[in-house]
Amino acid sequence: MLDRRVASFTEAIAGIGHGATIMLGGFGGAGTPLGLVAAVHRAGLRDLTVIANNGGSAEPDLRIWLEAGQVRKLVCSYPKSKLHTTASFTTLYLAGKIELELVPQGTLVERMRCAGAGLGGFYTPVGAGTALAEGKETRMINGREHVLEMPLSADVALLRGRQADRLGNLTYNKTARNFAPVMATAAKLVVAEVEEFVELGALDPETVVTPGIFVDRVVQKGAPQ
Amino acid sequence: MSTPLSREQMARRVARAIPDGAFVNLGIGLPDMVPDHIPAGNEIFLHSENGILHVGPRPPAGREDWDLINAGKQPVSLRTGGSFFDSALSFAMMRGGHLDVSVLGAFQVSEAGDLANWSTGLGEGVPAVGGAMDLAVGAKQIWVMMEHTARDGRPRILRQCSYPLTATGVVKRIFTNMAVIAVRPEGLEVEEILPGLSLEALQASTDATLRPGAMRPLEA
Repeated sequence: MLDRRVASFTEAIAGIGHGATIMLGGFGGAGTPLGLVAAVHRAGLRDLTVIANNGGSAEPDLRIWLEAGQVRKLVCSYPKSKLHTTASFTTLYLAGKIELELVPQGTLVERMRCAGAGLGGFYTPVGAGTALAEGKETRMINGREHVLEMPLSADVALLRGRQADRLGNLTYNKTARNFAPVMATAAKLVVAEVEEFVELGALDPETVVTPGIFVDRVVQKGAPQ
Repeated sequence: MSTPLSREQMARRVARAIPDGAFVNLGIGLPDMVPDHIPAGNEIFLHSENGILHVGPRPPAGREDWDLINAGKQPVSLRTGGSFFDSALSFAMMRGGHLDVSVLGAFQVSEAGDLANWSTGLGEGVPAVGGAMDLAVGAKQIWVMMEHTARDGRPRILRQCSYPLTATGVVKRIFTNMAVIAVRPEGLEVEEILPGLSLEALQASTDATLRPGAMRPLEA
C-alpha cells in the first residue's frame, strides 16, 4: 500500500548526500520547512548547492546552513538581507567563500517549471539587454529580443505544505505556496513538511494543489528528529 | 519658486492615474504608498508577485499572519474575491501581459524608456534582482515613480542610463515630484508640470531633452 508518510525527520531526509543540489521552498518567511532545514543541519551535509528565492533571514532557515559552512553555491533571485552576522550570505559572499548564480525571480521559477515539465528551456524577454543576459543565446521573436534560459532541476526539494494524505497529495497555506508546487515537479526526491496529516478522502480533489505523484515523503511538523 | 510634490502628493497623483478596475503591481518603496490614495469609489486589484491577487491592507498589530505577506515581506490581508497561486502562475500574469499597470521605483530612466532600478551590488556588496526585471517586462503599462533628481541634484532622467539596466525601452510614463512625462518613440513629452515651474527650469534638472506636451498643471 502506497504510504508516503514518514514518522521522523531523519527518515524524511534519508539518502540525501554531501554535494546534493537542494531546492528550498519559501519566499521571505512564508513557506520554508524549518523542521527539514534543521534536519539537514543536524546531518552535517556539506558542499550543498541551494536553489532558493532568498538568502536567509533572522529565522533558523537557510541561514543556519550558511553559518555552518554547509553551502557551496546559492542559486537565488534576492540573496541580500539586512543580516550582517559573521556567516550571513552577505559576509560569505564578500569574503569569496560562496558562489552565487543570480536569476530574476520569474525566470528562476520558469526554469524549474521547464525541468519539471520535460522541456529543454525557453526564450524570455526578461533580462534582455542587461548584465544578466551576458553570455546567453538571444533571438528576436515578434520583434523583441529574447534570452534563452535553460531548465533547472535538483536532487532534492524541501517544501512546506498545510495538509497531506498518505498519497502525498498536498495543500498549502496562503503565500507559503510560492515556489513549492513548481519545485515539487523539478527534483528527484521531494519531501514536504506539513501542518497535519489527513485521512485519504479528506482533501477535496478540487483543492489539491500538488498531486501526490510529485511527492516522495511527507513528514508532520513537530515529528521526532 | 514652486514647491515640488511631497511623497504623499506623488502617491496621490499616481493613484488618480490608475483606472477603476485595473490590475496593478506596485513595486517596493514609493509605489507602496499608492494604495492609501486610491480615489473613493474606485476599485483596483493589487497583485503581489509572491502569489496574491487583491491584496488588502496590513492587519492591526498582533493580528499578522506570517504566511500572508507581500513581496516586500510585510504582513498584508486578502480582500474579498482575492486568490492565491504559485510563483510560476504569478510571473505568467506579469510576463504574459495580464496586468494593466506596473508602477516601479527607479534610480534612473532614459529617454528611450530604459529602466535602471536593480542592485548589482557594486560598491556595497551583494547583487539582488528579485522580481525587478520580470516586473519591468510584460505589464500593459510600465510607470516609474521617483524624485525628479538625486539627492545631490543630479538628473535621473537621462539620455542614457549610467547604472546597470533592468530592462530596455519599457517605461511609458514617469511621475516625478516636478512633472509627469510620457515616453514616446520621438522622445520625452511633458504632460504635466509643477505650477510656476518653467519648461526651461525643468529641463535644467533633466539630462534628456524634454518637449512640451499638454503641459497641464501638475496637481496632487
